[in-house]
Amino acid sequence: MSSPALSAHHGALDGISHGGDAHHHDDGSKTLLGFWIYLMSDCLIFSGLFATFAVLANATAGGPTGKELFELPFVLGETMLLLISSVTFGMAMLNMHAGQRGKLLAWLAVTFVFGAGFIGMEVYEFAKLIHEGAGPSRSAFLSSYFTLVGTHGLHVTCGLIWLVVMMDMIRRHGLTDATRRRLSCLSLFWHFLDIVWICVFTFVYLRGAI
Amino acid sequence: MSGAHHSHDAAHHDAAHADHGSTKSYLIGFALSVVLTLASFGVVMSGAVPHDLMMPGIVVFGVAQLIVQLVFFLHMGTSPSQRGNLAIMLFTLLILAIVVIGSLWVLHNMNVNMMHPTSQMVPVE
Repeated sequence: MSSPALSAHHGALDGISHGGDAHHHDDGSKTLLGFWIYLMSDCLIFSGLFATFAVLANATAGGPTGKELFELPFVLGETMLLLISSVTFGMAMLNMHAGQRGKLLAWLAVTFVFGAGFIGMEVYEFAKLIHEGAGPSRSAFLSSYFTLVGTHGLHVTCGLIWLVVMMDMIRRHGLTDATRRRLSCLSLFWHFLDIVWICVFTFVYLRGAI
Repeated sequence: MSGAHHSHDAAHHDAAHADHGSTKSYLIGFALSVVLTLASFGVVMSGAVPHDLMMPGIVVFGVAQLIVQLVFFLHMGTSPSQRGNLAIMLFTLLILAIVVIGSLWVLHNMNVNMMHPTSQMVPVE
């Protein structure tokens, strides 16, 4: 009935007349699904690192063992910081859905502080281990430990950078569809890292201390 | 037309609300996570738990906390909008289990069937 050119023309007109409503048809769900698939592939990276660590956990080459090195109260502190940051991010997302830009930025700032505290504790822990002569080159156990926990730490660091970028973006552009979509992705990323950390403290620190 | 859009908006908003939780659900998830974290550390640090039960204990509490966070923070569930995510995650868990259990199994067998590693690696005095 209509030629391709005509229907394309019609489509363009349609796009113009509904320009303001275009976002109703893209609620970001496809982007979130794609990001979820990325997170699951990230999960596979971690599963490889966890498998490596599990295999090498006893390969201490006569060096210090996890039981001698790990300080559980310190790790409990790290865990609490990350857990609190997960909830504060949740509060930020609730304010995003409610359209409360000021509260959203405040909660994101609180999340950043707790996340940065976690990274600070982890850097301190790594520096202390290396200072004690238990660096990544000491044994296969420590190589796999630094790789696994360090990879998680790098992810959290990337999350912190992303968080700062998002706060600036929301300050400049407000709560647009784009900033909402990106913040939803970051929210998934942040909660996902908390979930990976549960596996880290269970299978690296607590199992190592038994 | 604008009426149709409004109802569409409202429906969308309701669905979004159901998907994104509430202050209450976040606080419940947080409280459960704190309790399970303290339970995990308590199993190892308190000294009150028999040595044989420590490993099963931390695994049970760890898995419980994984589920709590998936449900309360990542809003996983069986609602139609979440089914795709859930299916992808279950497939990932399958691959993950194959990688981790397979590695442990193969390398355990290798260690058992090869000469004892310490006799090779530690020089004889």
